[in-house]
Amino acid sequence: MLVSKVKRLKRSLTAVAGFALLANAGGAAADYALNLRQGVTPISHEVYDLHMLILWICTAIAVVVFSTMFISIFSHRKSKGFQPAQFHESTTVEIVWTIIPFLILIGMAIPATKALVTMEDTSNSDLSIKVTGYQWKWGYEYLDSGVSFVSSLATPKEQVYDKQEKGLNYLLEVDKPLVVPVNKKVRMMITANDVLHAWWVPDLGMKKDAIPGFVNEMWFKVEKEGTYRGQCAELCGKDHGFMPIVVIAKNDADYQKWIAAQKGAVAADQAAAQRDWGMTELMERGKKVYASNCAACHQAGGTGVPGTFPALKGSAIATGAKDGHVNIVMKGKSGTAMAAFGGQLNDIDLAAVITYERNAWGNNTGDLVQPSEIKAAR
Amino acid sequence: MSNAATHDAHHEERPKGLLRWVFTTNHKDIGTLYLIFALIMFFIGGTMAMIIRAELFQPGLQFVEPQFFNSMTTMHALIMVFGAVMPAFVGLANWLIPMMIGAPDMALPRMNNWSFWILPFAGLMLVGTLFMDGGAPAGGWTMYPPLVLQTGDAFPFLIFSVHLLGISSIMGAINIIVTIVNMRAPGMSMMKMPLFVWTWLITAYLLIAVMPVLAGAVTMLLTDRFFGTSFFNAAGGGDPVMFQHIFWFFGHPEVYIMILPAFGVVSQIIPTFARKKLFGYSSMVYATASIAFLSFIVWAHHMFTVGMPLTGELFFMYATMLIAVPTGVKVFNWVSTMWRGSMTFETPMLFAIAFVMLFTIGGFSGLMMAITPVDFQYHDTYFIVAHFHYTLVTGSVFALFAATYYWLPKWTGNMYNEKLGKVHFWLSAIFVNVLFFPQHFLGLAGMPRRIPDYSTQFAGFNEISSLGGFAFGLTQLLFVYIVIKTVRGGSRATDQVWEGAHGLEWTLASPPPYHSFTTAPEVE
Repeated sequence: MLVSKVKRLKRSLTAVAGFALLANAGGAAADYALNLRQGVTPISHEVYDLHMLILWICTAIAVVVFSTMFISIFSHRKSKGFQPAQFHESTTVEIVWTIIPFLILIGMAIPATKALVTMEDTSNSDLSIKVTGYQWKWGYEYLDSGVSFVSSLATPKEQVYDKQEKGLNYLLEVDKPLVVPVNKKVRMMITANDVLHAWWVPDLGMKKDAIPGFVNEMWFKVEKEGTYRGQCAELCGKDHGFMPIVVIAKNDADYQKWIAAQKGAVAADQAAAQRDWGMTELMERGKKVYASNCAACHQAGGTGVPGTFPALKGSAIATGAKDGHVNIVMKGKSGTAMAAFGGQLNDIDLAAVITYERNAWGNNTGDLVQPSEIKAAR
Repeated sequence: MSNAATHDAHHEERPKGLLRWVFTTNHKDIGTLYLIFALIMFFIGGTMAMIIRAELFQPGLQFVEPQFFNSMTTMHALIMVFGAVMPAFVGLANWLIPMMIGAPDMALPRMNNWSFWILPFAGLMLVGTLFMDGGAPAGGWTMYPPLVLQTGDAFPFLIFSVHLLGISSIMGAINIIVTIVNMRAPGMSMMKMPLFVWTWLITAYLLIAVMPVLAGAVTMLLTDRFFGTSFFNAAGGGDPVMFQHIFWFFGHPEVYIMILPAFGVVSQIIPTFARKKLFGYSSMVYATASIAFLSFIVWAHHMFTVGMPLTGELFFMYATMLIAVPTGVKVFNWVSTMWRGSMTFETPMLFAIAFVMLFTIGGFSGLMMAITPVDFQYHDTYFIVAHFHYTLVTGSVFALFAATYYWLPKWTGNMYNEKLGKVHFWLSAIFVNVLFFPQHFLGLAGMPRRIPDYSTQFAGFNEISSLGGFAFGLTQLLFVYIVIKTVRGGSRATDQVWEGAHGLEWTLASPPPYHSFTTAPEVE
């Protein structure tokens, strides 16, 4: 009953918020959303209802307390000749205002407990996806079908630095979105490779920390086809604000088609890794891989950031022996932000990016790294 | 009460010159030093907040790079918490506790000197990290590993300055406890102590309990980085989440360390200007003690998203919700004290009333966050940022403003300019809400905290928030002007200063003698 009342109140609040929006119609780009998003999963609706329930309880208490205070402020003034009363200390009153809040709290705790129990139940899922947080991108691995890829920010730097107009989904767009089927219980197994991250899409109604060395679980069931956007929610260093998440929910048939296409692409890559690659194609692919994996720290021009991230341009490693270069890219450097890319990128991408680093920005070593060499180094 | 002895002038043996401040063992001098230090740090931390709000004024990166932005959020928090709010309350304790309990000075005056003089060095070291290779710490004030281990040269300096700040706090706390327990005037039983003294006594115990825990946690970070241990490194058998548990076991009592003395201040001010006794003195004492106890068993509500077992989440949810009960008792008591009083609205009262209202709003959002399933949505968003700024700025900082206006005439012997005080209040009260209220909306709409740039949907409220921030920041210059002007001169304050003021400190002259009560007063 309470919940239905809350829903009615919710509708009236939405109406009020609507008027506020109309009054604000000046700013077209920025929307002035006031309330929690309702989301698209059963959990997110439950969370929204709980949020509204508690919000209204707090509002009711606020009205009582603050109006008492304001009546007092307006009428019990010395300037109106009000003489102070002498009452103080009343055990009865103290007991009453201890017990009543306690009962209200129990009223909140019951639906909250129910919601929490449902949220933490990841059993009987239809599909499991492993999520790995990297500085600063997300890796996804579909445990049931073997499809895996890395998803990173697609917004060009020019938009960030105001050299280009900002797009509609500024900072909330990725190169490869996560695709899930609707109306299926999707279990996310969340971990991290370097530092803490947190995987959060507001419309899915839950967030979970990604912790290196540990696997956390959460689940959602998307009710509506569509594209849902979120971002990393746990401070993870320099580009914490630049590692968005995009989830596309498709119907089952489209989802199966997408999975098949992904598998095809993986097979094609595996075949291509067998042959010898030429300089031009490696450089071309390497430039792309560099831009989405390396440029955040080492910068697009390979200059690095003095004191924080070393330069690659003219560096001892990028112009020295090939082995050393392959080794540091694949295994990372402990105690620094340099991640081990061996597990993140496939043989072709690794070969391409190392070739690129050894020949770009005047590093002209002329070295060519073949996918087969990477395979041998694994 | 006898106050004959307190007007003796021959006890004034004030040393002269700069060395007076270096070697002072006088509770008032040390209190002043603490307050000046806190004010300077408040402006340094505030400048960082202005940089943050400037960068967030519109989407895109205009002023600073992301790494520096992260340093700003990290340093802003560390400086405001450890450099501004905590020292300011210790400054108040130094000035007021001896005068309130009828003592000549603090119990351990030399340690008092030392506990202050550690602070400027710790503060300098912390601020100095801004100029080091790799920049200032940028992993957040919570210093979560593994990210904090990526800090550059600043890392050991960060740890060492936290150690020093902790040592200073512990010494201050020991001094306060010893003073309160041993140096009360005859007749002043525990249950006759002013509430400010009570709240500080409880706060001091919290400090002694948790500052060593923080010291331990950061020491483990230090050995993880330099001596090959793996406390927080999963690859070596450690656990990064363990740091969060230890940190918040310190961190939650820490937030009460910053608010309990504020409760004490407000409980002194409201009865004065309502000209009516505090409604329930003993229940206020018990509520404070309950809040302090609960603060030790709720820490994990800061980390609901780390993936705890269901039973753990339920325990921390229920325990956290319980805090609403004693906090409610406090708010109801303040309102009942005002009810049918004979109120006047001088600046301290205005700040105290704003405290009650705005802190309660922070309390409401706190209650909302206690509800674990919903907190999964609020966690690490601007909703949280709005919440803790309502409790810390309109809570602790407003209480500090109220305290300054309330006791400054006693300390200096001069009245502040009431008109300017009221201007300072109204500008602060309006702009702080323009600054922080829209952040609730940003958080609910899905804007994470600690990001230098955001999606365009958040542009509107960020712009409003930034404008409020600049105005609030500028307003605080007025506060400095008012304080300096009052210290230099002004109309003479009477000994009682405020018509409705009760308590031993008001029986002393304004300004009070150098050694507060050389002969103990008697309390009926």
